[in-house]
Amino acid sequence: MEATKKKRIVKSIRIDVDKCNGCRACEVICSSFHATPKYSSNNPERSRIRVIHYPLRDLYVPVYAGEYVAAECAGRGMYTIDGKEYDECAFCRASCPSRGLFKEPDSGLPLKCDMCESDPSLSEPMCVQWCLADALIYEEREEEVEEGETLEEIEIGLEAMAHKFGWRKLLDTAARMSGKD
Amino acid sequence: MRYAETGFDLEIDLTRGNIERVATDPELTELYLGGLGTNAKILWDRVPPEVEPFSPKNLLIFGTGLLVGTPAIGCNRTVVSTISPQTGLMAFSMMGGFFAPELKYAGYDKLIIRGQSPDLVYLWIQDDKVEIRDASHLEGKGSLEAAEMIRTELDDPKVQIASIGMAGENRVWFASIEQGRSSASRGGIGAVMGDKRLKAIAVRGTNDVNVARPAEFIGMCNEVMEYIKIRNENPIPGVMPILAGLGSPQEMAIHDEKWHTENFAWGNSRTRRKGFWTEDVEENWTETMRSMRTRLVSCHNCPMKCGATISVPDQPTYMMKCFSKLTYTMAAMSDLEFGLKIAQRATEYGVDAFSAPQVMAFALELYEAGILTDKDFPGMPPDNEERFFWLLDRIVRREGIGDALANGTHWAAEEIGNGAHEYAHNNIKKHEQLPLKLGMLNPIYFLMYSTGEKINITQIEGNYPQAPFVTREEREEFCKDWVQVPDERFKEWFLNWELRGEYSIPHYPGIEATCEIVNWQEQMHYIDDATGMCAGLSSFPLKPPYHIHNLPTFISNATGMELDEERLTRIAKRIRNLVRAFNIRRGMSKEDEKPPADHWKRRFPELEEELLTEYYRFKGWNEQGIPTSESLHELSLDYVADDFLERGILQDEG
Repeated sequence: MEATKKKRIVKSIRIDVDKCNGCRACEVICSSFHATPKYSSNNPERSRIRVIHYPLRDLYVPVYAGEYVAAECAGRGMYTIDGKEYDECAFCRASCPSRGLFKEPDSGLPLKCDMCESDPSLSEPMCVQWCLADALIYEEREEEVEEGETLEEIEIGLEAMAHKFGWRKLLDTAARMSGKD
Repeated sequence: MRYAETGFDLEIDLTRGNIERVATDPELTELYLGGLGTNAKILWDRVPPEVEPFSPKNLLIFGTGLLVGTPAIGCNRTVVSTISPQTGLMAFSMMGGFFAPELKYAGYDKLIIRGQSPDLVYLWIQDDKVEIRDASHLEGKGSLEAAEMIRTELDDPKVQIASIGMAGENRVWFASIEQGRSSASRGGIGAVMGDKRLKAIAVRGTNDVNVARPAEFIGMCNEVMEYIKIRNENPIPGVMPILAGLGSPQEMAIHDEKWHTENFAWGNSRTRRKGFWTEDVEENWTETMRSMRTRLVSCHNCPMKCGATISVPDQPTYMMKCFSKLTYTMAAMSDLEFGLKIAQRATEYGVDAFSAPQVMAFALELYEAGILTDKDFPGMPPDNEERFFWLLDRIVRREGIGDALANGTHWAAEEIGNGAHEYAHNNIKKHEQLPLKLGMLNPIYFLMYSTGEKINITQIEGNYPQAPFVTREEREEFCKDWVQVPDERFKEWFLNWELRGEYSIPHYPGIEATCEIVNWQEQMHYIDDATGMCAGLSSFPLKPPYHIHNLPTFISNATGMELDEERLTRIAKRIRNLVRAFNIRRGMSKEDEKPPADHWKRRFPELEEELLTEYYRFKGWNEQGIPTSESLHELSLDYVADDFLERGILQDEG
């Protein structure tokens, strides 16, 4: 199929680590916004933004949850910025097996920032609204992207199951179960 | 389901090593909210007046405020309650930071600690898993140093830790409990923790905190956030910079210290230094702060940044807030660089930054006066600043003269004798006060100093301006958006308040208005201490986001309780009277209710007596300041009245 060019809005949060005062309001309001029913509870452990926070070393890094990765990466380097040492993981947005960050505490399922998508939509994600220090700045930019094939819902589901069990097993099981009816 | 609170306390008996998770009675929340309110109820029920501060029977309670752990902005207070070794009364100390929210997320409203451990231990609370752990390797370590060691051994940077330093371990009567960014310092609660042989409490929580009416509650939180933004952009004109904004006084951010350095007293709260704040001093101190202050820092879920990380060259980093910036500097008649240096060591030792500098200045005054002599100070260096370091080292180890000094100026004077009492001149109820000496008696402050049972002026003053504005136009401007007042009369009193003449202190604003103003300001503090709200967004600054008109709905939306202004006022009054009853049962009397004799130059004994008598009546207390059976009954505190009658504190009127 021929790929077409399409414009889309990319939403992101720009982080200024020098402005963060470590109050964790972003964690509180994020977990509150994503509670069911909305705002009915809060728990920073469920938050999709976390502040990596070592006050005596003056490290303050708010980081919001990105993709789930199935395996940990090889990179565990240290960065020295302005004389302060940061673990490479401090800047990483992945929900990854090597750390507890960005996982639902009950189920262990990965968490990912959704920019507080909701109906009606918000002017800015809640963490940005609650950050009066301006350490979190919401940005939108327009990008031209190649429109690929969009998968149907059932295809997404099948792909996920194949990823977990393998096509062979999936097909066998489908054949066996459909034969029963 | 319980809302805002978890519904569980953690009971820890350090003598037997017993740990229990205990469900709390929801009716107590209706009556006393949480934080100080329920702490006071537990102390009343379980700590009879004969229990000494250093007794296994004394309780050390870490209570979270009722709304702590919800998204309520700035609501993060841990209220630590116990019997103070210094005053013998209920110690009344709180800290912000991150400890209380973490405890809520771990699933507890309070930690109630009793008994005494045979060896030095620390507590490790991780949700449902609670351990008493060996702390022998932490003995003698600094408060922050020990906290870092614990964090490393638990291998979790998100653990929140409250700890004591050497002062607490050695039961210094003004030892603090430190929490990195914050501390609970007043009343010597760190000494009680040390007496229990508890070096630290580490907590980590991963549970939810629920609210009853989510949409309404978050709507109000958003309004508070918007108001803070507006208020931050519009400081109040006509008052000094540190009182113009929200938060704790912005000592870490503001460099202009003319007001403190020229109006507060230096040394052992003796000398006013008019003209001290020169351009040279300003430049020098600003440079000190700029070079050593790494970052302004916040408490949990609060956009204000009242604290700072301080890095003094060649010393470990620490955190500071508020007036501890100047207490050491001014006690030693030195400069800011010295103040920041010694505060680092004092924070690691864990001492109260009001009492400790004053105790040291007191000791040196006794030395100058010849009441203490060279043989009391063997090996003391000749240099003034070094002497303060030397004294601090002796006090926290209780070495030599440090042993007497470690009990604070009142008790040290008692032990030293020989006229030393004249030098312990800045105390109320045996507790060191802000170094402030003024001219004309202020009736509002007179009552606040005399009757405040938190025994610290900043914990009772607040929403009413400290001094009149010069012109009527300025006052009218101030009153325009002053929505926080309980009613219009408060504005009238303020509008007519003049610097001089008929409508000035001490006879203005008159007895009735004075009682109302004091009562209102105190009430707001008691509400904060029960909800866990920071005074800096509520009872302390002018025109705060939280006030008597929005707090009832706010608390109601979080908890589901039915609440209006009248009911909330009644709860605050109930807590206030219970605290007083506890202290009266421990021997506090009208005799104790007075400011330092030299706080004002111009005193008015008859007026003062009338003020106190009328205020007692206003509060529903008898002429001795004891709550009457009738007023106790009105507050559903009949059990207190019964106890008072049984003990003969009150006589049966029937």
